[in-house]
Amino acid sequence: MSSNSFSYNEQSGGGEATELGQEATSTISPSGAFGLFSSDLKKNEDLKQMLESNKDSAKLDAMKRIVGMIAKGKNASELFPAVVKNVASKNIEIKKLVYVYLVRYAEEQQDLALLSISTFQRALKDPNQLIRASALRVLSSIRVPIIVPIMMLAIKEASADLSPYVRKNAAHAIQKLYSLDPEQKEMLIEVIEKLLKDKSTLVAGSVVMAFEEVCPDRIDLIHKNYRKLCNLLVDVEEWGQVVIIHMLTRYARTQFVSPWKEGDELEDNEKNFYESDDDQKEKTDKRKKPYTMDPDHRLLIRNTKPLLQSRNAAVVMAVAQLYWHISPKSEAGIISKSLVRLLRSNREVQYIVLQNIATMSIQRKGMFEPYLKSFYVRSTDPTMIKTLKLEILTNLANEANISTLLREFQTYVKSQDKQFAAATIQTIGRCATNIVEVTDTCLNGLVCLLSNRDEIVVAESVVVIKKLLQMQPVQHGEIIKHMAKLLDSITVPVARASILWLIGENCERVPKIAPDVLRKMAKSFTSEDDLVKLQILNLGAKLYLTNSKQTKLLTQYILNLGKYDQNYDIRDRTRFIRQLIVPNEKSGALSKYAKKIFLAQKPAPLLESPFKDRDHFQLGTLSHTLNIKATGYLELSNWPEVAPDPSVRNVEVIELAKEWTPAGKAKQENSAKKFYSESEEEEDSSDSSSDSESESGSESGEEGDSNEDSSEDSSSEQDSESGRESGLENKRTAKRNSKAKGKSGSEDEEKENEKSKTSDSSNAESSSIEDSSSDSESESESESESESRKVTQVSTPVFVPTKTHVLLHRMSGKGLAAHYFFPRQPCIFGDKMVSIQITLNNTTDQKIENIHIGEKKLPIGLKMHVFNPIDSLEPEGSITVSMGIDFCDSTQTASFQLCTKDDCFSVNIQPPVGELLLPVAMSEKDFKKEQGMLTGMNETSAVIIAAPQNFTPSVIFQKVVNIANVGAVPSGQDNIHRFAAKTVHSGSLMLVTVELKEGSTAQLIINTEKTVIGSVLLRELKPVLSQG
Amino acid sequence: MIHSLFLINSSGDIFLEKHWKSVVSRSVCDYFFEAQERATEAENVPPVIPTPHHYLLSVYRHKIFFVAVIQTEVPPLFVIEFLHRVVDTFQDYFGVCSEPVIKDNVVVVYEVLEEMLDNGFPLATESNILKELIKPPTILRTVVNTITGSTNVGDQLPTGQLSVVPWRRTGVKYTNNEAYFDVIEEIDAIIDKSGSTITAEIQGVIDACVKLTGMPDLTLSFMNPRLLDDVSFHPCVRFKRWESERILSFIPPDGNFRLLSYHVSAQNLVAIPVYVKHNISFRDSSSLGRFEITVGPKQTMGKTIEGVTVTSQMPKGVLNMSLTPSQGTHTFDPVTKMLSWDVGKINPQKPPNLKGTMSLQAGASKPDENPTINLQFKIQQLAISGLKVNRLDMYGEKYKPFKGIKYMTKAGKFQVRT
Repeated sequence: MSSNSFSYNEQSGGGEATELGQEATSTISPSGAFGLFSSDLKKNEDLKQMLESNKDSAKLDAMKRIVGMIAKGKNASELFPAVVKNVASKNIEIKKLVYVYLVRYAEEQQDLALLSISTFQRALKDPNQLIRASALRVLSSIRVPIIVPIMMLAIKEASADLSPYVRKNAAHAIQKLYSLDPEQKEMLIEVIEKLLKDKSTLVAGSVVMAFEEVCPDRIDLIHKNYRKLCNLLVDVEEWGQVVIIHMLTRYARTQFVSPWKEGDELEDNEKNFYESDDDQKEKTDKRKKPYTMDPDHRLLIRNTKPLLQSRNAAVVMAVAQLYWHISPKSEAGIISKSLVRLLRSNREVQYIVLQNIATMSIQRKGMFEPYLKSFYVRSTDPTMIKTLKLEILTNLANEANISTLLREFQTYVKSQDKQFAAATIQTIGRCATNIVEVTDTCLNGLVCLLSNRDEIVVAESVVVIKKLLQMQPVQHGEIIKHMAKLLDSITVPVARASILWLIGENCERVPKIAPDVLRKMAKSFTSEDDLVKLQILNLGAKLYLTNSKQTKLLTQYILNLGKYDQNYDIRDRTRFIRQLIVPNEKSGALSKYAKKIFLAQKPAPLLESPFKDRDHFQLGTLSHTLNIKATGYLELSNWPEVAPDPSVRNVEVIELAKEWTPAGKAKQENSAKKFYSESEEEEDSSDSSSDSESESGSESGEEGDSNEDSSEDSSSEQDSESGRESGLENKRTAKRNSKAKGKSGSEDEEKENEKSKTSDSSNAESSSIEDSSSDSESESESESESESRKVTQVSTPVFVPTKTHVLLHRMSGKGLAAHYFFPRQPCIFGDKMVSIQITLNNTTDQKIENIHIGEKKLPIGLKMHVFNPIDSLEPEGSITVSMGIDFCDSTQTASFQLCTKDDCFSVNIQPPVGELLLPVAMSEKDFKKEQGMLTGMNETSAVIIAAPQNFTPSVIFQKVVNIANVGAVPSGQDNIHRFAAKTVHSGSLMLVTVELKEGSTAQLIINTEKTVIGSVLLRELKPVLSQG
Repeated sequence: MIHSLFLINSSGDIFLEKHWKSVVSRSVCDYFFEAQERATEAENVPPVIPTPHHYLLSVYRHKIFFVAVIQTEVPPLFVIEFLHRVVDTFQDYFGVCSEPVIKDNVVVVYEVLEEMLDNGFPLATESNILKELIKPPTILRTVVNTITGSTNVGDQLPTGQLSVVPWRRTGVKYTNNEAYFDVIEEIDAIIDKSGSTITAEIQGVIDACVKLTGMPDLTLSFMNPRLLDDVSFHPCVRFKRWESERILSFIPPDGNFRLLSYHVSAQNLVAIPVYVKHNISFRDSSSLGRFEITVGPKQTMGKTIEGVTVTSQMPKGVLNMSLTPSQGTHTFDPVTKMLSWDVGKINPQKPPNLKGTMSLQAGASKPDENPTINLQFKIQQLAISGLKVNRLDMYGEKYKPFKGIKYMTKAGKFQVRT
């Protein structure tokens, strides 16, 4: 065996060598490399042979070697035909490696790549979702323009796939297709629109990514999905979170008015000139009216807060920039702690985070001041981190902490890292100008540094002192004299130039020294740096004007030297100065003003942060890091003056398909809408109250949160007690509850749907195991007491079958087709009604107008709430409406007429018995108690015989909830499964028990007052449970 | 998002490339090499480098540059965090992440990278899922594979990717069910010349190794959760439960993972467990300098300090050092000027000490700064913040697991200025 692997190694090693040789020689002369070419061919021949062999192991070896070549960046394209044959291999690893190869080379070998397409098309129809997904993934990665239509079709189909995982891959494929053929944009936007409506957390991140890539300007697509995205955010995978948060930040800036108020100004840095323009604008128009935050705005801010605790630095940064850009300034403070935490991370993360903090700390010092010490520099930090930290320390410096900081800076100046020491000196200069109290201290400190042994330090000090002195109205003759002496020793050009400039500016204050300096400089002029030469010329000119008696000759000497200098800048300057200061007949009017020109009062330089102008980029972006607009950067818009209509974000809860609100019908829909709008108002008021509190500066925004938390928690507890929902869903349920506030909408149902779809047997198994054990957990007594009161409390459905029933076939409906299904939600039109969703399709090529319900033929007692008439339905259009029917707990048929403008069609709905129920959450104890009261006449039972594999908990669970809308009851015994529900109309309990016996039999018992329904249900359940 | 990935070793060779979209020529890395040259030191290479058509984002770990090529605007942390995740995954798979190991396992590396990104957007980054898709190579498996011809690619489909707990494998089975938690705290501190603390803070993590059958649901509570000021969680932790009850409730991933990292609130004064006495002096006149360091315990709550190492970057002017330690071993590298002293355990009765002379470059002026001393140490069975786990409970499974909790305190970035 070991010899085997050895020989393999040898082989591959030899192969590399020949290939290297080939690469080297082929560039020299192709003809001379003939021998090597042939050996190369031979090697590839050998790979080809291996690929064509019958043995999988040989193929695999060949593929591995080929992948190795690709990884090293070597060309393996000529093996394409041999490789592509194996695309349908049974061996998974071979297949995967072929995929890798295919995606890499398909672009170069387009015709041959087409051979593989049919394999993927077949796989797209595979019953296994993972195979469908991977087929779509590879198919869409093949960059061959000919297959664009095939890809488009595949994407469309996959976007309607039942599996969220496949839909996720469809979202990825959108971007790939778009980059391959941008002309498909319109069609792709349609798919994006559809996928944006998806309720699965798996899909959300990917589709938003596609949205950002394909149509980031179509902000209108987001409106209806805004709240859903906010609510799903916590459960989306981390990478998706980053993308969604960035998108929502942009969205919020276009849809809400600014929460930044005048009052915040005080908290801001005193330096108003740093404030961005939009800030200013805000303040002026805020004066007009009191501000209340849009509840949707609040929702976003609130729902992103927990993500600050993410382990993923990118997520934390994304939330931080969201708070920075859209939250009220009083609330943005909470991000600082999390950002400081990121500083413990790797160097690259530190680098980006520090950059962002630097930008933030310019505008709002207060945010990071408590963390001052976290920015202290360690000698082990890389230089780029050190300079960024320094930058932040400078921004944070104020009267209170400057003395501590200066002490810290003193240590840095002595650092062995001289580049860093120089940066520190710059920093001290900036502190000195920003904080007037310490200017003198800093200046003295810097002067001391002039005697430092390191030249870089001295040079940097000179430059900074020069800047400081320029700003000082008070004169510092002593310092200038000291610096003049330095000219003898210092060699760094910038420093020399600075000293010369200083002397020139102050030549009248050091009348004795200045001419002497000029004399020395005249001597060394030719050997000086260009920068210094220019300053010597300047110094000469200034002295000539003020003290021409002593320096006239010297200056002329220097001007002559300059005239023949190699550098044209210096020659140019020389000519200019000569014309200006030396009076002759040709000199123009300007020379009269020479003194004014040279010795004008010069404005002091402004020492500012290099991060000052970065704030116009959105934080956390590549553009911000580079301070250049990167390709594809999307501007963050200014807040709108007036908020656009917030009602665009309202979502019809039941209507799954296209939102379809005809303008004229708004009033009539009121009855249906009221339910949500009320609850929304409630939310509004609660939110706005917390807003107003937080505006007053207190932290009550958080209080509001915690209240909500507790309420959510209690409800989630109740959920877990019901055992229907396993504990692992805690997070989800909590969120669902918050969402369900009155609008227990299709979202929940959809999510449930998803879950049951995705939950493979293992998952369902695990949850049922937990069910049984959560009972043994023995919750506290008081809780079980309270439970008895809510015996008949309705819980959300465990599972919603997607099966639809035909209401009206398109053939009999003259092109109008109607399907209905039971969403298993409590009906919003009445307590006793069963809610039904009807999807209408127009299969004709004309508009169908005025679709409504005509005459009703209902048995006595049955009631019906009809949907609002539909004005018109476009060709190929589809619309979903909801209605409610009270079946009086019977399986009687409700007949009515579905009418269009021209025709009436008789249709009828007969409910399956399982849909006349609503699930109930109760404990095992309660179940037994209730069951005890429903014996004798009220009990029906049957014996089922089936294979043992049908009696696993998950299978039974799945089958029962598929047939009937019941809730599972946690059970202490493995062999007994209990389900509870109540009838919709009368609210009578319906208890279902499945007890497994030995020898593949089971007892099915139903206890209910409604014996008729009970026996019908028994009849329906029995065949299903015994089926294979 | 991420177009391509290049792996570059310290000598500047590109030894692996992978493309997720159209192929980007490796000549794009020339811009990176330029920046690398300018930076002189590896850790000073800027993480973001703009080029005319692309942006290069890189991380440097294990002496390898991982360079990602980007074409359009993207949050830079997104890419950087992802690259780190790639490195972590390699480390998880192969034990170490080094050039030879990656070259040896190039096929597995390629397969893993293929699964991690789709069209440049992260697809599967949880190591639990990845390991289900592609099994990490072990010696045993390599042997078995060679004999039976089976492969590293998992033949089961990764159901975890679809589940509500994507971080946990399904169908986990162990004969011994164990859950170990390590509470590890690190002290970051800067001590000034006189021995007073300039800044000190405690950062902690709880690393877990959980090997439990089925789908256990764990809760972990603390005696003093108030100490935790700022926390970040593994995605498995239920945030609401923490907010309301300060209890960590989670379904753990299988195997090793970091459950929580935290920062201890700044109000608590940090007890510094060691002191360093130093006397380092250079004299202008002579070419000899004196050097003496003593390390001793301080506020250790009766625990022993172990694994002490002292490192210090000496000034350039120091040619050599002749030192004698009272315990442990020391080395001085005259090229990098790095002094390191491996002390070992500290005996409180006899604080270890390193003493001797430094020889300086003749004629050179004395260095104007004394070197900073970096300290490493470990204290077993102590969480310096006083954090204590109260209890660990398991729900959802019936067996009794073996539970263990270990505490440890370490030096983080612990510097003494002299």
